[in-house]
Amino acid sequence: MVTKVEKWKDEVYGNEIREHLMRFAEEGWDSIPEDEHDEWFERFKWWGLYHQRSGQESYFMMRIGTPNGVIEPGQLRVIGEVAKEYATGPAANPEFGEAVCDWTTRQSVQLHWIKLEDIPEIFEKLESHGLSTQQACGDSWRNIVGCPVAGKDKHEHVDAWPVAKDLHETFKGDDDHVNLPRKWKVAVAGCDQGCGQGDINDLSLEPAVKEIDGEEVEGFNVRVGGGLARKEPRFARDIDVFVRPENAADVAGACSALFRDNGDREDRFNARIKFLMDEWGPEKFRQVLQDDYVDFELETAGEDLREAYSYNAGDGNGHGDHVGVHEQPDGNYYVGLNVLVGRMGADDTLELADLADEYGSGEVRLTQRQNIIVTDVPEENLDAFLDEPLLEDYSPDPNPFMRGSIACTGTEYCSLSIVETKNRQVRYARWLKENVDLPDDVEDFHIHLSGCTASCAQPQIADISLRGMKTRKDGEPVEALDIGLGGGLGENPRFVDWVEMRVPADEVPGAIGNLVANYEAEREDGESFREFVEARDEETLADLIEPEETDYEDPYMHNTKMTWYPYVEDDSMEDSPAPTDGAGQPLPSDD
Amino acid sequence: MTTSIHQLDDGAWISVNESREVNVSDLWLLARHDFCDCELADFLAEGFVEVGVEPPVIDARIAGRCIVCGTEGVTDWLTVGRVVDPADGEFYPVDFTSVHVPRQRTRLARPE
Repeated sequence: MVTKVEKWKDEVYGNEIREHLMRFAEEGWDSIPEDEHDEWFERFKWWGLYHQRSGQESYFMMRIGTPNGVIEPGQLRVIGEVAKEYATGPAANPEFGEAVCDWTTRQSVQLHWIKLEDIPEIFEKLESHGLSTQQACGDSWRNIVGCPVAGKDKHEHVDAWPVAKDLHETFKGDDDHVNLPRKWKVAVAGCDQGCGQGDINDLSLEPAVKEIDGEEVEGFNVRVGGGLARKEPRFARDIDVFVRPENAADVAGACSALFRDNGDREDRFNARIKFLMDEWGPEKFRQVLQDDYVDFELETAGEDLREAYSYNAGDGNGHGDHVGVHEQPDGNYYVGLNVLVGRMGADDTLELADLADEYGSGEVRLTQRQNIIVTDVPEENLDAFLDEPLLEDYSPDPNPFMRGSIACTGTEYCSLSIVETKNRQVRYARWLKENVDLPDDVEDFHIHLSGCTASCAQPQIADISLRGMKTRKDGEPVEALDIGLGGGLGENPRFVDWVEMRVPADEVPGAIGNLVANYEAEREDGESFREFVEARDEETLADLIEPEETDYEDPYMHNTKMTWYPYVEDDSMEDSPAPTDGAGQPLPSDD
Repeated sequence: MTTSIHQLDDGAWISVNESREVNVSDLWLLARHDFCDCELADFLAEGFVEVGVEPPVIDARIAGRCIVCGTEGVTDWLTVGRVVDPADGEFYPVDFTSVHVPRQRTRLARPE
């Protein structure tokens, strides 16, 4: 028996949702029949709209899918203007102000406090500048990720950007692929460093070389079935297929069609392709793909470049992100700017758009570490650009704890999250910067904070992983975090070991400080943190984490989920102004 | 009117009559249970796995963890609330801070 969500999708899904969305927007929030809220909110996701959590009724998160994180000249200004005009809610965030843009771990953009009534104007503005929210959420092809400097990278094997763009254009709105059993996350990468993070995607095209008919062909090997959510992390598995760039859409579409027809539509918890891969294994997957979904002979896998993967590889020699100044093959430079927890105020976003125009080509790119890269800066512009005051807040050379911090949305807006995340991670990073010293040779140190097991902050591939929990302290329920250690990517990716559970959130900075001190004291010369973790069992590692209260203060220890917005003085649900009308005025309650 | 219940958003919510009523992330005290060895489990609800109805009671099996001993898993059936009058469909949630006793069987939500 198919799920209720599948039933709703059978009735209305895909492109046709838009006409309903526009009708509701025209007629106002109250026009959505109350007994149809669930089904419409589920469908609206397909158009990039996620209804915010309890206490924030009538407000939406809007996600804009920017393939490979590429934001073309002019588009950043549009995003900033939309955020400034429309992404303001009834209260401001104390760390970030009123209107913000979130750069996500899938190289997308998220805006909050979007009102239904504003959506037609927002869509018109975005789409007239080549931006779209289509399929940014929901059960279909999500935003395609990859090496954020594809086409502008000296380490490039194949320029994957045209391939990613082609897949994006082919599968957005394609009726054969709009209604899949669950989300479908795709990575396409052409660089030899592994920056595409393909191993944690449903479908990964990773660079490879194959000799075909005596000719050395550059293309991609195919891996399938990666993902992190629900305490069921999987790395994508090699299905022994090589694909030429010009055939990428055929093979990727065949994989997506196989998923469409064979994924579990009766249990959404078992629907992702990683579970089908568990059941079938890569050999059967390849066989079914060959027999039923392509009309040409699949090539066996080529020689991959995984041995060279240095991105987040945990050996202390590679690179952990794209922050900093790097030369492009054309002699220009790209400048990666650190955006702490991926959140940038709308005014800063607009200022950066001006700077990208003034010093570069106007293009910027989003990374899978929630950072932003200004590309195409001529050498003669570098010094002046680096002197800009804005770069004091978004530094190309930040402290390791500032540059290594990632956080998901958290209880500020999200129904799934158990704890507050972004503001807490900001406070953690600042405290660690002031109070903890990493060994001198450690430049990259990744700390990812995810509010729940959905793993939007990709906690399993961090040096230190923090995952939302609860515990009791002095008898009272408080927000807490599980601590995992030693995850990362590279040739041989590794998920964290969860070693210390339910640490009260105010004791986590002390725990990290003690752990880092123990690492420095006990490590072999040059031993990376991941190597250090791999060399020890969980019990030994747990002993190295010594949670303790410090002078760090955590204002979010209470149950932030029980508030309508965690940062306001009158934060109880009864004080919520939601739902509101199109002008932001509270609507009369039914009571 | 039939009471309509289902879970939503990756199990983050239980919806009753198309209204999001019960959310994850609360601590439930469980007594006389098989979830773990604790006499009184202090159970963090992380996701609603199944929902069921035994009029007027709405039940759920919940994935999560006892924060006392660390055991992870899925509970037996817990009452999350009641719809006393199917005609008006109003949902009365239980007080999750009181003590709850899981049951082994319930009637599954009527699939549509």
